[in-house]
Amino acid sequence: MIYNTDVVVVGGGAAGLAAALGAADENAEVILVEREDDVGGVLNQCIHNGFGLQYLKEDLTGPEFKEIMQEKIFNPKIRILPKSYILGVNKDKSVFLVNKYGVHTINTKTMVIATGARERPFSSIGIAGKRPSGVFSAGLAQRYMNLMNLKPGNSALIVGSGDIGLIMARRLTLEGVDVKAVIEIMSYPGGLERNIQQCLKDFNIPLYLSRSVKEISGEERVEKILTTKVDERFNYVDGEDMIFEVDTLISSVGLIPNIKPFDFLNHDNGFITSNTNQTSADWIFAAGNCTVVFDLVDYVAAQGEKAGRFAAKKALKNYEDDKIIKLQKSKNIGIMYPTYINTDFKGELFLRVKKPFNKICIEIPEYGIKKVINEAIPSEMIKIQLRDIKNFNEIIEVKAYEIV
Amino acid sequence: MTFLIAVIGAGVVGTLIARELIKYEKDVAIFDEKSGPGRMVSKANSGIIHGGYDDTPNTLRAKLSYKGNKMYDELSKDLSFDLKRCGSHVVAFEEEDLEYINSLVEKAIKNGVEEYQIIKGETLKKMEPKVNEDIIASFYCPIAGIVNPWMVAHQAARNVEMNGGKLYFNKKLIDVEMNDKRYLLKFEDDFEFEADIVINAAGLYADEIAKLFGDEVPKIYPVKGEYYLTKPEFKYVNSIIFPIPNKISKGCLVVPVIDGGFLIGPNAQEIRDKKDFSNTNEGLSEIREKGLKLVPEINYRQDSVKTFAGLRPETAEKDFYIGKGEGNVVHVSGIRSPGLTAAPAIAQYVVDEIIKKEMNTKFLKRQDFNPKVDSFRVFNEEDIDLWNERIENDPEAGELVCFCNKVSKKDIKAAIKKGAKTLEDIKFLTGASFGECQGSYCSSKIVKILAEELNKKPEDIVMNEKGTWIIDSEVRL
Repeated sequence: MIYNTDVVVVGGGAAGLAAALGAADENAEVILVEREDDVGGVLNQCIHNGFGLQYLKEDLTGPEFKEIMQEKIFNPKIRILPKSYILGVNKDKSVFLVNKYGVHTINTKTMVIATGARERPFSSIGIAGKRPSGVFSAGLAQRYMNLMNLKPGNSALIVGSGDIGLIMARRLTLEGVDVKAVIEIMSYPGGLERNIQQCLKDFNIPLYLSRSVKEISGEERVEKILTTKVDERFNYVDGEDMIFEVDTLISSVGLIPNIKPFDFLNHDNGFITSNTNQTSADWIFAAGNCTVVFDLVDYVAAQGEKAGRFAAKKALKNYEDDKIIKLQKSKNIGIMYPTYINTDFKGELFLRVKKPFNKICIEIPEYGIKKVINEAIPSEMIKIQLRDIKNFNEIIEVKAYEIV
Repeated sequence: MTFLIAVIGAGVVGTLIARELIKYEKDVAIFDEKSGPGRMVSKANSGIIHGGYDDTPNTLRAKLSYKGNKMYDELSKDLSFDLKRCGSHVVAFEEEDLEYINSLVEKAIKNGVEEYQIIKGETLKKMEPKVNEDIIASFYCPIAGIVNPWMVAHQAARNVEMNGGKLYFNKKLIDVEMNDKRYLLKFEDDFEFEADIVINAAGLYADEIAKLFGDEVPKIYPVKGEYYLTKPEFKYVNSIIFPIPNKISKGCLVVPVIDGGFLIGPNAQEIRDKKDFSNTNEGLSEIREKGLKLVPEINYRQDSVKTFAGLRPETAEKDFYIGKGEGNVVHVSGIRSPGLTAAPAIAQYVVDEIIKKEMNTKFLKRQDFNPKVDSFRVFNEEDIDLWNERIENDPEAGELVCFCNKVSKKDIKAAIKKGAKTLEDIKFLTGASFGECQGSYCSSKIVKILAEELNKKPEDIVMNEKGTWIIDSEVRL
């Protein structure tokens, strides 16, 4: 079948739902393509609270957040194609997809990619030992527990202190799994401070920093996990071994933006975009965790809505591409979003520092910005409003220097 | 007269021998202690169809590997597995390496291999822009190729079954009795089978199986090889890149995988335990280093999806041992590299030279042998119209379960119909959860489909062997 529309939104998670709403609000016809049976993405399995405080002004669980968004997209301008998967994109602004009705083409004017992120598999980090069953990524364990009512094991070690790992430490504990500890290879936690408190400290689950898995044992199922201390360069430190006797390893070792099958667009880890969420192809926009991994669903949804609005404006010819400047990050910044600024529009800058700082100053002279931040850590994003620009240069450096 | 024939071992070698046998005799049975074909030596293999140029002249290896290479075109068409003749380079870094390259030319000539070229300078750079700039020349063999070894074993086993043969898995041979010139094969689970002719193709255990028949074959010692598998994202090389080999192995190489991605490895460690498939820190860092020497741009942190280890059956003689035992048993042992390459030729050799000639067995070709097996994957072809047709016939062909490798629900169910029972069966047969996410997304869905189709609880689905459970219980009843 051939469909025609103004905007195609790929992915029905928080960013995609908000993008569809934003685009419809700008009067565009929207087709939202979702690979699962239902929209919501990872929200469906996040049954804990903490969603929506900023974007929906309410403290919600993931499924509640999704429900509210889902009610809003019952809109005659938005058509949803569930259980559909995009196979490729053509230069003539068409995408082709497959579902149980066949292979179809959507001719569109613009597109918003909102494909989210996927988990870095534990198997990819090159750990010694056997390959027994019982190793799960945190998101997979969450799927089993929360969506399928299946308990993956009896005693667990959590590897990596990313937010999903921390949340699963609490969730597993509440369902009777003996969570022995969380270990983290870095010298600081990977997840939000609030999750360290609410998921570990409140349940007396120890967190060991600068510690890594050295070897996995178990003939059939995981039996033992040998861990050791690491130095700043992640080399094993002798004499600091700790053995955990568990049948389950839950890994939370990172999220990777999902960029397939759109990897022809400029990307770093995720898609490189502007403050209007435009990618390197002028008709394609991207938002949410497929650009950079955000701390909060609220940021993701806000970016999605913005991308939807600009994609609609572009489709309806109410958007100009010019006046683009490039932002360059200095060495203390790990992740920065966006990379390009269309100076016709307002901007918002998200940063992650590369390592913890007691005091750091973010400075962008061209914007007249000088912001001092105490206790900056990589796990917490720094958000900066960009107002009017003073001097127009093609490249502007975002400075970040430690204050001693 | 008809014969009852048993093949012990469902690796590439065992299944191809069984397929060769079933061209003559209907009563061929394959036995394996694992849950499916190709799950021991075959599964953790570099997947290379070697050029046959570098085997020591006049060995059985040399005799069978070039011949085997040539047989793969027809085999891949008949058995519907992918074969890509991507070519291979043995690369020289220094002047003295050129001596080795020249010795390869001599060996190639002696082995009757004509397809080779010495490549230098700019030509090499054009063919392989990402290899180390210090490489000065290579011995290039365009007929070298890649396959999925377990897929060869799997499709060959299916072809045997289609032609009337029987497949028995989770059957470990523990004892053999000779009654009235017939073998009574006894398996661990009390299963028994009578056979007139037995082929021992038990890979790592072929020496121990030979003893059950009262025969002695060269002792097998396992050599462990570790690997890194990378995602397809970055195209490291177009062909197989070998370093100059050492005495025990062809060395750590960089090789494209037929489904996308690259393998880096294997190293070679002589070990004692035939069950030791563990990775080691030393091994992994050795491979990383050696891989970087060939292709300096390899980014292990960003691009690797998994590491694993495999064992190869080595003997002191470093040659295949294929011979008749005391009775009507053939021992196919010591099938070290290039065993995968030689396998189709080994199968022919076993039947023609040993069973027909040496045992003087009268075999008549069957008229009803069907050499062909279909592939059951939906999206392994470029023709979109064909996808539409398939989806029209079965809507589940349009429902993707594994997004990385585009595996449909129909593919998964088809694999289950063909005998898949475990997560690993599904992985090896369909490619689902073999992609970049390594099942962190789709494996829960596969567990569900397996449970539904097999009428089991999710708690009863295992990763591969007995005891490799995935789910403990329901969270709440």
